[in-house]
Amino acid sequence: MVEFHTSLAWEIGHKRRKLTAMKVAVCVKQIPDPADPGALDEATKCLKRDTKLILDESDSYGVEMALQLVDAAGGGEVVLISMAPNSEVNGLRTALAMGADQAILVSDDALAGSDALGTAKVLAAAIQRAEPDLVLAATESSDGYTGTVPEQIAELMGLPSVTFAKSIVAADGTVNVQRQTEAGYDDVTCPLPCLVSVTAGVVEPRYPSFKGIMAAKSKPVDEVTIADLGIDAGSVGWAGAGQEIVAVEEAPAREAGEIIEDEGEAYQRIVSFLDELKVI
Amino acid sequence: MSVGTIWVLAEVAEGGVASITHEMLAKARQLSDDVVAVFGGDGASIAEEVGAHGAGSVLATGDLGGALPGPSIAGAMAAAIAGGAAPKAIMVGTTYGGRDVAGRLSVKLDAPVITNIVDLADEGGLVGTEPIFGGASNVKTKFTSDKPGIFLIRPKSFEAEATGGGAAAVSALDVPDLGATGTAVVTNSFVEASEGPKLDEAAVVVSGGRGLGESDKFELIEGLAAKLGAAPGASRAIVDAGWVPYSYQVGQTGKVVKPDVYIAAGISGATQHLVGMKGSKTIIAINKDAEAPIFGVADLGIVGDVHKVLPQLLEALNARG
Ligand SMILES: Cc1cc2nc3c(=O)[nH]c(=O)nc-3n(C[C@H](O)[C@H](O)[C@H](O)COP(=O)(O)OP(=O)(O)OC[C@H]3O[C@@H](n4cnc5c(N)ncnc54)[C@H](O)[C@@H]3O)c2cc1C
Ligand SMILES: Nc1ncnc2c1ncn2[C@@H]1O[C@H](COP(=O)(O)O)[C@@H](O)[C@H]1O
Repeated sequence: MVEFHTSLAWEIGHKRRKLTAMKVAVCVKQIPDPADPGALDEATKCLKRDTKLILDESDSYGVEMALQLVDAAGGGEVVLISMAPNSEVNGLRTALAMGADQAILVSDDALAGSDALGTAKVLAAAIQRAEPDLVLAATESSDGYTGTVPEQIAELMGLPSVTFAKSIVAADGTVNVQRQTEAGYDDVTCPLPCLVSVTAGVVEPRYPSFKGIMAAKSKPVDEVTIADLGIDAGSVGWAGAGQEIVAVEEAPAREAGEIIEDEGEAYQRIVSFLDELKVI
Repeated sequence: MSVGTIWVLAEVAEGGVASITHEMLAKARQLSDDVVAVFGGDGASIAEEVGAHGAGSVLATGDLGGALPGPSIAGAMAAAIAGGAAPKAIMVGTTYGGRDVAGRLSVKLDAPVITNIVDLADEGGLVGTEPIFGGASNVKTKFTSDKPGIFLIRPKSFEAEATGGGAAAVSALDVPDLGATGTAVVTNSFVEASEGPKLDEAAVVVSGGRGLGESDKFELIEGLAAKLGAAPGASRAIVDAGWVPYSYQVGQTGKVVKPDVYIAAGISGATQHLVGMKGSKTIIAINKDAEAPIFGVADLGIVGDVHKVLPQLLEALNARG
């Protein structure tokens, strides 16, 4: 018999605000700088996270989209939601500097080792606090790229969702989304409140201005623990992760190839190579 | 040898059953003698094709009436499992629809998803292999509970294989009331025009990256692709820059390609690009930076300027007729 996870029912009495004031919650992950190659921790088999974390570039699209939607609605609020170790706010400050109004940060030692489902449970509970009209996330994070967290959040909150948005327009209590498909895109309509995950290219993220950076320093960051969110430590972190890494192996490397410096004739080698391969 | 019942999420593409579905069926067949295709649509429309690829039966929801399929399929799967169905594993493709199904189902079963899987093996329990660092290492993961194991499988991980089986028997999979979660509806579908071979099926792929310098220079890629009967592809950098549509993107968030020949021009070879093309039989790279990581996987590497090499190459090929 399978136990059903009780969905965190969308708060009863959640009043659908007029779209003259739209509250958007944006999930922003703070990650190690992808420019650093990164390494696995021998003991835990997890990516090491001992450096200062930065805003995942993938989430800067969600932040920008939220700012534009609030702007188009003629008012409202952008609330950032993040789960990160060691009270990390560096990435949040970047997003606040872009113009977001406030942030909720969940930081708790018990969260180390959380898998995507555990992460989604925590984020869903934190989002619930903000009572947003719309939740935005990126289709996948740059470091974890499971790509399942947004849809898990939607299901936990009992919300409809549209993933892979390449454009979003909100009006009259619904969002109209162009959703990326294999062959092109679909137009999808979805009532608010809902969750939308955005692709890169949905909007062009702004750079924080100097004024924005200064203002970000005094914007509120509400730091909470899992106890504050009413989450049981056994359902998240290592304890809650229902999966286990059994091995990490080196993949067989490709054999080194032939490298030539072009002195004006290298194209001939490509031609002969294609010839050998019988492509031409 | 059989690990127990395996469900495979069936998806369609351009009328037929999607190649990712065929690939997963082939793998499922190796692991189990009870392979069930689960489909969000009319089961009869795919019964023959999935049967020929190894599915013994089809569980189908019937027409979903325009609803985005994820919540309906996940809801129907969870309801069947609550009603006694006991798949050992549920294989879902890493596709737009597949991720929605896996995410929703994971919450309904309160069970995790193992993602980005390129291989699945029975080692006293199913173990999934996920490549990391652009394929330099492989991480092997298993589930720790008895719940059905949800695996998100990357395209092109397995060889599709027709088993010659007859049409699979179709039975109905009921979609329960989804409440608010089922309210996203598709109102229109747009297909971007494309000519020539499909990117993920072409025997030769010619891809361009930021090294082309500007949008107009993608012509060089298109010209060479046309000459070689190849599909043009791209790095994410130039897709994000709007030079070419997203459907051209090769890599972790784009298409996985395994052509006989992959030509990368002005592409650095970021790990996220490599995971999408590293499985190509032969790789040719042109980059002006001798240190570019793409040379680490290239069989033939040309350290040179794409603006010189590509026009010369095209001219030489044209001269051959
Ligand atoms: C979560 C996530 C997912 C991603 N998914 C993908 C994905 O699916 N696919 C993908 O491609 N990327 C993906 N990326 C992006 C990836 O990290 C790289 O940013 C991207 O691949 C770089 O594209 P590029 O090689 O065209 O550009 P660059 O990295 O800027 O490289 C350009 C190259 O061109 C060379 N060059 C410049 N001028 C010339 C010249 N005249 N002649 C020859 N060579 C020249 C340079 O030496 C350089 O090596 C992803 C990133 C993240 C964070
Ligand atoms: N720890 C986190 N904090 C905030 N948002 C997150 C976190 N993990 C995932 N997300 C959101 O979910 C998206 C997809 O993540 P993933 O499923 O890990 O690929 C990310 O791009 C974020 O928008």
